[in-house]
Amino acid sequence: MTSKHPFSFQVVLFLFPFVLFPLLDKNTYHIDLLTNVGIYVLLAMGLNVAVGFTGLLNLGYAAFFALGAYTYALLNLHWGCSFWIGMPIAGMVSMIFGIVIGLPSIRVRGDYLAITTLGFGEIVRISFNNLDAWTGGPNGILGIDRPRLWLPAFEGGFHWKLWSFSVNPTPYFYLVLALVAVTATLLFRMSDSKMGRALVAIREDELAASCMGIPTLKIKLIAFGLSSFIAGMAGAVFASKQTIVTPDSFDFVLSVLILAMVVLGGMGNIWGSALGALVLGTLPELLRGFAAYRMLLFGLLMILIMIFRPQGILGGQLIRRELASRRKEADNDPTT
Amino acid sequence: MTPPPDLSATGGRHEMSDPLDRKSGGGVNLLEVRSVSKNFGGVAALKNISVGVNDREIVGLIGPNGAGKTSFFNCITGLVPIDQGEIFFKGNLRLNGLPPHRILEAGVARTFQNLRIFKHMTLLENVAVGFHARTRSGLWDVFLRTRRLRVEEKKIFVGSRELLAFVGLEKHGNDIAAFLPYGYQKRLEIARALASDPKLLLLDEPVAGMNPQEKNEIIALVRKIREKGIAVLLIEHDMKVVMPLSDRVIVMDEGAKIGEGLPDEIQNNPRVIQAYLGEG
Amino acid sequence: MVYALIALGYTMVYGVIQLINFAHGEVFMVGAYLALTVIWIFASLFPGAPFWLVLISLLLFSMLGSAFLGAAIEKIAYRPLRGSPKLTALITSIGVSFFLQNAVMLIYGLKEQSVPEIIPDLRWHAGHLSFSLIQLIIFTTSLGFMFFLSWFIKHTRTGKAMRACAQDPEAAQLVGIPINQIIRTTFVLGSMLAAVGGALFGMYYGSINFHDGYLAGLKAFTAAVFGGIGSVPGAMIGGILLGVFEGLGAGYISSEWKDVFAFLLLGAVLIFKPSGILGEHLPDKV
Repeated sequence: MTSKHPFSFQVVLFLFPFVLFPLLDKNTYHIDLLTNVGIYVLLAMGLNVAVGFTGLLNLGYAAFFALGAYTYALLNLHWGCSFWIGMPIAGMVSMIFGIVIGLPSIRVRGDYLAITTLGFGEIVRISFNNLDAWTGGPNGILGIDRPRLWLPAFEGGFHWKLWSFSVNPTPYFYLVLALVAVTATLLFRMSDSKMGRALVAIREDELAASCMGIPTLKIKLIAFGLSSFIAGMAGAVFASKQTIVTPDSFDFVLSVLILAMVVLGGMGNIWGSALGALVLGTLPELLRGFAAYRMLLFGLLMILIMIFRPQGILGGQLIRRELASRRKEADNDPTT
Repeated sequence: MTPPPDLSATGGRHEMSDPLDRKSGGGVNLLEVRSVSKNFGGVAALKNISVGVNDREIVGLIGPNGAGKTSFFNCITGLVPIDQGEIFFKGNLRLNGLPPHRILEAGVARTFQNLRIFKHMTLLENVAVGFHARTRSGLWDVFLRTRRLRVEEKKIFVGSRELLAFVGLEKHGNDIAAFLPYGYQKRLEIARALASDPKLLLLDEPVAGMNPQEKNEIIALVRKIREKGIAVLLIEHDMKVVMPLSDRVIVMDEGAKIGEGLPDEIQNNPRVIQAYLGEG
Repeated sequence: MVYALIALGYTMVYGVIQLINFAHGEVFMVGAYLALTVIWIFASLFPGAPFWLVLISLLLFSMLGSAFLGAAIEKIAYRPLRGSPKLTALITSIGVSFFLQNAVMLIYGLKEQSVPEIIPDLRWHAGHLSFSLIQLIIFTTSLGFMFFLSWFIKHTRTGKAMRACAQDPEAAQLVGIPINQIIRTTFVLGSMLAAVGGALFGMYYGSINFHDGYLAGLKAFTAAVFGGIGSVPGAMIGGILLGVFEGLGAGYISSEWKDVFAFLLLGAVLIFKPSGILGEHLPDKV
């Protein structure tokens, strides 16, 4: 527990190289890939708040991502809403849904919450698929506006010109990078404060936490809401980049993928989520030859991680030691 | 205030002393448990039990295993709802029906029989959690690192260090709680409970599993806690710890209060001895 | 009906080790594919075989295969995690589920496989209702297995051991019950039931898809929770009710939405009555 400000420093240190990246590697394919990974990073960090820090297993995270994406899409389609306004609104809509779903479900036991969120994820996806009039059904919504900025221009005298993002991924890259930097900073601040401690206390022992004065329901809702908010914002960015949203981009597999990123990187570890996203986001591209085996390997990977390194890459050693010692007790069962 | 009625299921032949008549200081009834009953699916864990604790008192709670002592604590701290009766704190605050964190805010803190420390946090962090209810900062303060947050975090940091020193763990501030020896973990729980600045501390078997020297250190610690103005209600099996420490002793058996009085009186009470069947 | 069979597996496993076995749905699916394989074998090698022979063989074969599968999953994926937090095991079971789904997809192909009809299309009429031979077979087979399971749990030593483990694993160990074996048996039994369900499912609907397990699994889990997770009769009732509910619903609402209804029901049950109809409320211990 420190009261220095190392986080902004860390954030700058680790993310600065990425600032230089598009200047060094002009390959748009690579830039696009990293931008998508950046979106995954946002999602993983967001899910980490609920799952990693607080221990609230959300198996329907893709739904919140979808809600954000569709919110911006619909706002843009019907009211020409600009991206910069649409993005926070998308975040808030997701957050509201998060709190609404969270309210009843958070009272129930952990694995039940998992199933409820899974159900919610499916309900959202199916609803988006079926409510043709609102959401364009399986074809989704097309023609979403990209973000636009007023930039200074100098031809014919100084004036402001409206410039739009385009297919070129580079502006998106910087947008996502900025969002990642801001999110990471805020999350670091949260983790090293009474809020972060409260979340971890709830994860460690909810009963004891409530006896120590932590209003567990309220704090859990905050965690859930924050987690959903981040997903919503990421969804808006995603929608503005793809310019199309369809329901099948937001399925259970995506929810599990994000969860795997959080787990792989180390639950509760902010940089861990980023790392997990980086690895699992780029791996499919690297293994393109094995496309058919992808899910197979993915499933296998999850099993192996859980058995051999449940604390993830950056997770604490002590979690491993605790899990290992408990396993030893099971192995010593003389009745096997 | 009239003394609380005491109707144990087995007839009421017991030592009864008026909780208002005490030898320790303070004239205010801090915790008043009135005729509380609790059933768990047909099993009566608490039968019409009435107990009082005064400011700055150390009250020992003893009884054979299964007497309902920990259930009693659970009811006071709001973990378990009571079926009948009332629990009042500082005169007019009704505790029954409040969620645990509100009860903590009111000034009742506890430790746990089976240790419920936050294993993956450092000692400082564990104690810091206890400060949660005392601070006002919210999520915005945290995100924006407002002045209020920075001031409060510093206070928490300083306060946690002080509390660790108070229980003798100052050298281990940054150690992870899981790796601490058992005796130290028990002390950590006490420090954490004290962080909330309680007026009443409920200790559930604070010296279980300790060697005699450690037990003496805990006895000294409890006395220090009383000196700070905090009343203590303590469940313990070791009579060599309970008797010297307590101003007053309450005996439970099968969910009812079967005795209450000064330590000497209780030790010689035949009913109590019988309930223990030779224990203590 | 079929949901009930799957639900039983969920509830039994949850009863003994408090794990929601995501992969259970896939066992159901594997059962269906195993049955299909048997049908193919018969079709190519013994085209003239009487249908009841084919039926019994495929049931036996899928039961056997899934028994192995269930035991293997338990041994490889869940046993090493026995002492770990539930979150870990849950994630692992998702991994197993993915793995199985895709393994089957790779072996049998992406598209739906049609299941040749082997049961003659005989129908009876009773008043307004009509039912076919296949429905009768499904009904009786399912009921038969369920009764067998009930009897097994109540009256055999192993069954009693299972119940003991579900109630208090430590005490069970102390009286000498070999927990690991019992857990394995639970998995095996549950898997066999699911496989039977899968085989029947495949024959009834005429086509199967590697994704069926996931959906059916979720619904069966709904049924299990609805009836009270950990309670065997509860799972049966839950499964039957869900099947009926869904059947009725599909008539009035389009088939896409009926899935949503199952999920909504699941959510409602979990939130408002997590102990289900017949289950016990398991409070946190202090």
